[in-house]
Amino acid sequence: MSNYELIIGLEVHVELSTKSKMFCRCDADYFGKKPNTQTCPVCLGLPGALPYINEQAIKDCIKIGLALNCEISKDSRFERKNYFYPDLPKGYQISQYRWPLCIKGWIEVVGKNGATSKIRINRVHQEEDTAKLVHQLGISNFKFPISNEQKLTLIDFNRSGVPLVEIVSEPDFRDVEEVRDYAKKLQQIFRYLGVSNADMERGDMRLEANISLREIQNSKSEIRNDELPNYRVELKNINSFRFMIAAIEFEIKRQTEELESGRILKQETRGWDENSKKTYLQRSKEEAHDYRYFPDPDLPPILLEEFQISNIKSQIPELPEKKLERFKSEYKLSSYDVEIITREREMADYYEEGVKIGKEFEVTPKQIVDYIINKKVNIDEVLPAKLVQAIKSALQVVAIDMGELERIINQVIEENQKAVGDYKAGKEAAIMFLVGQVMRRFKEKTDAKIVKEKIEEQIR
Amino acid sequence: MDINNITIKNALEGLKNKDFSSEELTSKYLERIKKIDKELNAFITVDEEGALNQAKKVDELIQSDEDIFEEKKLIGIPFGFKDLYSTKDLKTTAGSKIIDNYIPPYDATATKKLKDAGVVIIGKTNEDAWGHGSSGENSDLGPTRNPYDLTRVPGGSSSGSAAAVAANECLAATGTDTGSSVRLPAAFCNLVGLKPTYGRVSRYGIISMASSFDTIGHITKTVYDNAKILEVTAGRDEFDSTTPDIPVPCYTTALNENQGIKGLRIGISKEYYIEGVDKDVESLTLKAVKHFESMGAVVKNVSLPHTGYAMSCYYILVPAEISSNLARFDGIRFGKTRDQFGNEAKRRIMLGTYVLSSGYYDAYYEKAAKVRTLIKQDFENVFKEVDVLIVPSSPTLPFKIGEKTDDPLQMYLSDIFMCPINIAGIPSLNVPCGFVESLPVGMQIIGPQFSEELLYKVAYKYEQETEYYKIQPKI
Repeated sequence: MSNYELIIGLEVHVELSTKSKMFCRCDADYFGKKPNTQTCPVCLGLPGALPYINEQAIKDCIKIGLALNCEISKDSRFERKNYFYPDLPKGYQISQYRWPLCIKGWIEVVGKNGATSKIRINRVHQEEDTAKLVHQLGISNFKFPISNEQKLTLIDFNRSGVPLVEIVSEPDFRDVEEVRDYAKKLQQIFRYLGVSNADMERGDMRLEANISLREIQNSKSEIRNDELPNYRVELKNINSFRFMIAAIEFEIKRQTEELESGRILKQETRGWDENSKKTYLQRSKEEAHDYRYFPDPDLPPILLEEFQISNIKSQIPELPEKKLERFKSEYKLSSYDVEIITREREMADYYEEGVKIGKEFEVTPKQIVDYIINKKVNIDEVLPAKLVQAIKSALQVVAIDMGELERIINQVIEENQKAVGDYKAGKEAAIMFLVGQVMRRFKEKTDAKIVKEKIEEQIR
Repeated sequence: MDINNITIKNALEGLKNKDFSSEELTSKYLERIKKIDKELNAFITVDEEGALNQAKKVDELIQSDEDIFEEKKLIGIPFGFKDLYSTKDLKTTAGSKIIDNYIPPYDATATKKLKDAGVVIIGKTNEDAWGHGSSGENSDLGPTRNPYDLTRVPGGSSSGSAAAVAANECLAATGTDTGSSVRLPAAFCNLVGLKPTYGRVSRYGIISMASSFDTIGHITKTVYDNAKILEVTAGRDEFDSTTPDIPVPCYTTALNENQGIKGLRIGISKEYYIEGVDKDVESLTLKAVKHFESMGAVVKNVSLPHTGYAMSCYYILVPAEISSNLARFDGIRFGKTRDQFGNEAKRRIMLGTYVLSSGYYDAYYEKAAKVRTLIKQDFENVFKEVDVLIVPSSPTLPFKIGEKTDDPLQMYLSDIFMCPINIAGIPSLNVPCGFVESLPVGMQIIGPQFSEELLYKVAYKYEQETEYYKIQPKI
């Protein structure tokens, strides 16, 4: 790798979690639903059916664009990407090409040596998802006579037309860590914005990588070689993030070997074979599609006014990066703490709620973050107020003079042997008398539960 | 009741006065179809059962509710529907072999509106497959014949719709007009045919030809009937994003306004009166213009300088959209495989695919899109000087079946006076303006966007004085 520099560009697809589909009113939440139950003439591509735009999806796409520091185009269009595939009922996908909704953004990522670099975003555009192909062996209740050994491909149109946003980066990635950080940051942003679950396992978020290697002409030279290699290998249809990283790492090795042995690399699309842990050729450049993009005549241009854009801007919550910095300075937390506490918006909100309540009970932000992290608090079950209460009492236990408490407990046991005997004989209530005695003599405020535990220890 | 001399207007009166029932009226038309349609081939599907059931329902409604004629403006009117209109549970073939077995699970918006207005759907009418054609001969299910001369074409692509209305197989028929498809058959069959403003009538559920050109029109015997139908079909549709929210006037009311033709400024564009146009067609059109002049109109010579580029522009942009719109007919969910496309569809798919290909897009599609803007501007400029334009509908009389089938380019030129109107998206009404021997001649009255009301008014005054619609075919 020493003589070559890695060049990667990423295309990220994210499915929006809008209520209805992109161009019709069918329910967009297809996951786990019975196949072909959420369809209509529009998303089935029936003759004569026409698309109509889901405004919420456009707003969500703009939110993503703004979160990625993009310019929002005031005149963008939907265009048709023409190609044939059984999962594409219209024979074209409604997408954007010449007139995307958001352009020229950027995001900062951290690479392998901890250095931060800027990844430029070429575009963020709106499109629609395809149907889903299900490959299986023959089924018995099928209406056509098919043997059980016959391979079948079935089409589920529930996913057809679900809103999809594509984020295309410039070829700015120089190592795999940057890719990892980028994907993680995007996922976090989608979730903070509340526009997608961005769950990779479910296919809410999908990655495609364009990889090539560039020769480092003179490593000592200050002059950077800015020219891109004349080929790129596209890694496609890789469903898991882990596999994508493995595929990229394999490609780095493969391409280095090819280049070092003097072979010329060509533009091609490759997939990942998990069994052999190798990438394999899917399509060479000669077979590449000509998508014949043109503006979709069924849809009007998306014309936006400044006030509409600022309106959407005002709905964007504080994003992870900002929140992280603020938590650091406002609550005096360590990088480690804030990273964990701001990873998810729900957690960050929960934490801040706790901090607010904590103020009244003299519980510090640092104490709250420690408790949450150490005790792995389940924020869905424990209300922030309860959390603060728990911290408060835990703190008291730590603060009280344990020696003094034990001395008093021993004293009380000594003086109340009858009650001790009653308790040992099974009279549960007797212990509460002892607890009361201890708490009366012990000057500091303390938790009865702890006192009770301590007494039990002593009696046993 | 004599269905040879009936219009929507007097059919509604007859139903209202109970001179005849909807069932009687429907039966008459069904009988007529049985008698003559073997010769004419205007219908692909005749829905006898559905039509009679609907007619019975209509009769019940009329019996029980006197105000039904207010509520359902076209109640009991027997209609033919072009086979591009999705009709729920009724086969819709687009005149093609590919989907000759396709039964839509939903109604087009226009279908639904007309059904809600109480029409009786007699059947689905023949057409050039997918709307590709000017003569009806591109139908994969056999050509339709012209009722005025069975050896000639009725014009296309709404060939069956025009032939059916002209031959009294129904009272009105729906059509689509992407380049001439309502107006040309109306002209060849002595009928009133409307190509509305783009977006005036919803395209939802009507099988697309070229989405940015397609308009949803209809064919009738008279101007009044035509206006009545547009009152029902026009308007914003949330299922079609290209329908603007512009109020729909009561078109028929406007017809009876006293204000005549006096002072109407009529433009004569020199680009439409050119070498090669049939002399009789041209002189009949100019005779109509003279007639308007005698009624008080002012005639002005105008120019639409980019007209010469219109056909090239049209035959780049339209096939581009067609190639994409026909992609869904892949034989996977419905219909047959793509090798079943007819020659004309194949020709247009190839043309369109070519002009959109990478490396050619700029030279063809993009250039043509720019020319389109210029042609639009030509019309906008002209309508600053005049209220309407009057031009011939067709450069020729209805031609012989087979005359142009071997020469697609000659066939394309049948639409030379009509395609520019679709490029501009403005409305145009074909109005009968006479006969050459026994063959009908039509002219177009063209206006600015959303001027249908004006076009109807102008046409109505002329029709009142000429009454060409009373001249029936002999069939």
